[in-house]
Amino acid sequence: MNLLDISWRSLIAGGVFAAAMPAMAAEQIATRTVAGVDPAELQKMIELNVRPNAIPFPEENPYSVEKAELGKMLFFDPRLSGSNLLSCASCHNPSFGWEDGQPTGAGHGMNRLGRHTPTVLNLAWGEIFMWDGRMDSLEEQALGPIQADVEMAQPLDELIAELQAIEGYRELFAAAFPDQEISEETIGQAIATYERTIVSNRAPFDHWVDGDESAISESAKRGFVIYNTKANCVACHSGWNMTDDSFHDIGLDTDDVGRAAEMNDMPEFKHAFKTPGLRNIVERAPYMHNGSLATLGEVIDHYATGFAERPSLSDDIKPFELSAAEKDDLIAFLESLSSEDDPVEIPVLPN
Amino acid sequence: MKYFGFKASTGAAALVAVGGLGAISAFASTSHVVSQAEKAFSTKKMEVAVGDSITFVNDDKVKHNIVIKKMDVSSGIQKPGEKIDVLFDKNGKFKVRCGIHPKMKVTVVVK
Repeated sequence: MNLLDISWRSLIAGGVFAAAMPAMAAEQIATRTVAGVDPAELQKMIELNVRPNAIPFPEENPYSVEKAELGKMLFFDPRLSGSNLLSCASCHNPSFGWEDGQPTGAGHGMNRLGRHTPTVLNLAWGEIFMWDGRMDSLEEQALGPIQADVEMAQPLDELIAELQAIEGYRELFAAAFPDQEISEETIGQAIATYERTIVSNRAPFDHWVDGDESAISESAKRGFVIYNTKANCVACHSGWNMTDDSFHDIGLDTDDVGRAAEMNDMPEFKHAFKTPGLRNIVERAPYMHNGSLATLGEVIDHYATGFAERPSLSDDIKPFELSAAEKDDLIAFLESLSSEDDPVEIPVLPN
Repeated sequence: MKYFGFKASTGAAALVAVGGLGAISAFASTSHVVSQAEKAFSTKKMEVAVGDSITFVNDDKVKHNIVIKKMDVSSGIQKPGEKIDVLFDKNGKFKVRCGIHPKMKVTVVVK
């Protein structure tokens, strides 16, 4: 595993690389307070949310500026679709938290897809990909929607020929992958490298974790405690990116078998989907694997009492009761996870 | 002895069994043991010889599972206390995951 020790902001902007954020001092964590909460317990909760200082890149596909630049071109290029109308960014739009703002995505021929477009934010830390975990690496994932008939409908052999015919791409590939031909592998590696650089900036919540007591409201602080205790969101939405990268049936009304299709139809995986991270979640409505819930309030209501009891239901899904004020607090905490990210410059594509 | 199905189309003739090593003793030259506890494997990377087997022992309090995509192996649910044996009879680099907890992974290099 290689680590790129740079700030998110400078990397996303494609500008000058800066030094990493300094590691947080332990005593800073200890200064956080929430009324009525044991300081030691609060510290334990907070320590689980400290952000990493560097983006991890796999040994098989280490970072390079050239690869990331090429990957960005490919990500925003509609010529990667069979119709030449859809790019990766058509669904993974930076304006909507790298989603599309739709309940479910729209693919080739504007056909409505079966699942909500997941974000590509913070995928450098992902373990396996897609709602059902059918892709084992980001490199593999990057090639999946391009080829899928219902999504971008672009056979890869044709895409390779198209890219080889464009002088600008020949130059970009040569710079990123010296002595290699344009191939499925290099296309996947370039897109995955760019995607790993898509990282949410430090949010108000992170500044509170870092020691700035005024960074979030008292309501958000109480909401953080509710998230970790009474509502037990943390059972699955754990860590700084708020995901365990595991699969759970959360009792949504759905015919989609989810993870079970990838796991020999084992009943334990029926209706189970990957836990999404919660960074910038306000910008990523609507919610759930099928986009069936419009607001964070509806999501909380679902987890409180709205789920379907069935054999595959996750053991972590248990009813809870929140007052209206507590629900507001929980939403305030979720809102504090949104960062002010740098504008994304749309690249001028090669011809 | 209960066997879980697997496809041999990859050419990696993995034999997956639950309950002990007896079923594969005739095939394997050396047996290795990897524990699963606290939602982690006891090692992150290991090297074995072609023909060796690994016994994955669920020493955890929760269910696990063994998935090796490159060998088309998916073990089914592995309850606490259960063992899953996998024969590695082809060289290569194999990523072993828990399909329930994908952060649990171990890379097996077969030489």
